[in-house]
Amino acid sequence: MGRHILHVDQNCFYASVEMQRHPELRDKPLAVCGRQEDRHGIVLTANYIAKPYGVRTGMAVWQAKQKCPHLVVLPPDMGEYIRFSRMAREIYEDYTDQIEPFGLDESWLDVTGSVGLCGDPVTIAREIAGRIKFELGITASIGVADNKITAKLGSDYKKPDAITRIGRDNYRQVVYPLPVEDLLYVGPATSKKLRSMGIHTIGRLAECPTAVLTRKLGKMGAVLRTFALGLDPTPVRRTDHVPNIQSVGNSATTPRDLESEEDVGLMLLLLAESVSSRMRELAARCTVVEVSVRDAELEHFTRQRKLPRPTGSSDELARTALDLFRRSYHWNAPIRSVGLRACGLVEGSAGVQLSLYPEDVRRDKWERIDAAVEGLRRRYGYRCVQRARIYADPQLGRINPREDHTVHPVGYFGG
Amino acid sequence: MEEREKKYVPVLVRFDAEGRMRPVEIQFAPGQRYHIDKILDVRRAACQSVGGVGDRYTCRIGGRESYLWFEKGRWFVAARR
Repeated sequence: MGRHILHVDQNCFYASVEMQRHPELRDKPLAVCGRQEDRHGIVLTANYIAKPYGVRTGMAVWQAKQKCPHLVVLPPDMGEYIRFSRMAREIYEDYTDQIEPFGLDESWLDVTGSVGLCGDPVTIAREIAGRIKFELGITASIGVADNKITAKLGSDYKKPDAITRIGRDNYRQVVYPLPVEDLLYVGPATSKKLRSMGIHTIGRLAECPTAVLTRKLGKMGAVLRTFALGLDPTPVRRTDHVPNIQSVGNSATTPRDLESEEDVGLMLLLLAESVSSRMRELAARCTVVEVSVRDAELEHFTRQRKLPRPTGSSDELARTALDLFRRSYHWNAPIRSVGLRACGLVEGSAGVQLSLYPEDVRRDKWERIDAAVEGLRRRYGYRCVQRARIYADPQLGRINPREDHTVHPVGYFGG
Repeated sequence: MEEREKKYVPVLVRFDAEGRMRPVEIQFAPGQRYHIDKILDVRRAACQSVGGVGDRYTCRIGGRESYLWFEKGRWFVAARR
């Protein structure tokens, strides 16, 4: 028997919440944007009145204002969006306990077990959409299918405030003509590769032999083909499921553009301290270090390196990250944000091969220093002990990546 | 539709031994107190006219029904301007 899966997507979530509570703005073009003084000055969400002007998510505020001069710009109120997200979840919980959120505004629901009690999946979808409208005053679009990927295509298919059912009977008709980019995990790089192979639609992808795709895209090729065929078997994770944490990361958009290696080194040091302290909380060490960089043109790259031995030392994290950065970045543009991630976590208490080499003695020493600093900070506050380097640039140095943390969307594969 | 505004109001509330609360009186303005005769319904609802989302109490006050919202620890009504 097939599963019944809904994907609920709150349309223009941040903007819709603001329109709900500010009735006077409901007929105006509106964008929720990051605060300009901290330079997160990009459009986070625009409403349906602003979109026809060309206002897009990710655009700088000044660009958006150029496209739409009478655009109303509001700062984000995350607390309120989280409240709405939680209220939406309370509605879902009346229908199933298998709810997997994807960001604040999207969720998958597995209602297979609820059909007997609540009616067929489309009826459930209609009920949920109606309740979101009545109880939250915002709209949602819902996709109904037998797997998560197709359900998400369904909720994207018609917006706002619509329900799309994609079953075996209408699958080819609805899904096959869609552009491949509509598929989850087909980003700009994959899209370019697929299009160079003449694959422009999901239908073409589905009909392409797996061997050809694997040759071009590696193992993701096979995964994408099952996505295109609507055969994705991944379950909707349960409400009470606590995933095994495999990585910890931190990133920050800096108060000013980073223009030199010194700047980047300083940021990486701050991030490394935060990541190392979070690893210590999990009693873990990492075996892989990953840096991600976004420059002022919003070009983005990620690089990682495996470490010879597991480490928890902030010093080693920072040095490895800086080295990775040095090898991969050529300063085509100044940098807007950097991130550091520790992956391949292993238990910190597990035996580590002892060594006579000075490098390892150094690591152990740094781990102990980190632990001592952490202890002091817990008692006397974050700013009680700091590296002298931080005073080289007080504007960058005042960031506390641990506390001023940003919400990271979770990956589909739960990584 | 007539113009309305979101007006936060002081409300007299009674808690019973189970911790359930029931608004008793809306103190709309000095000298303008409205006793709530009966709560007809409580449900979460969005207030379309003036904005806001919370628990909506349908109250009978002097034979007439009106809504009172409880949002983030404060009470409000959609008052005529």
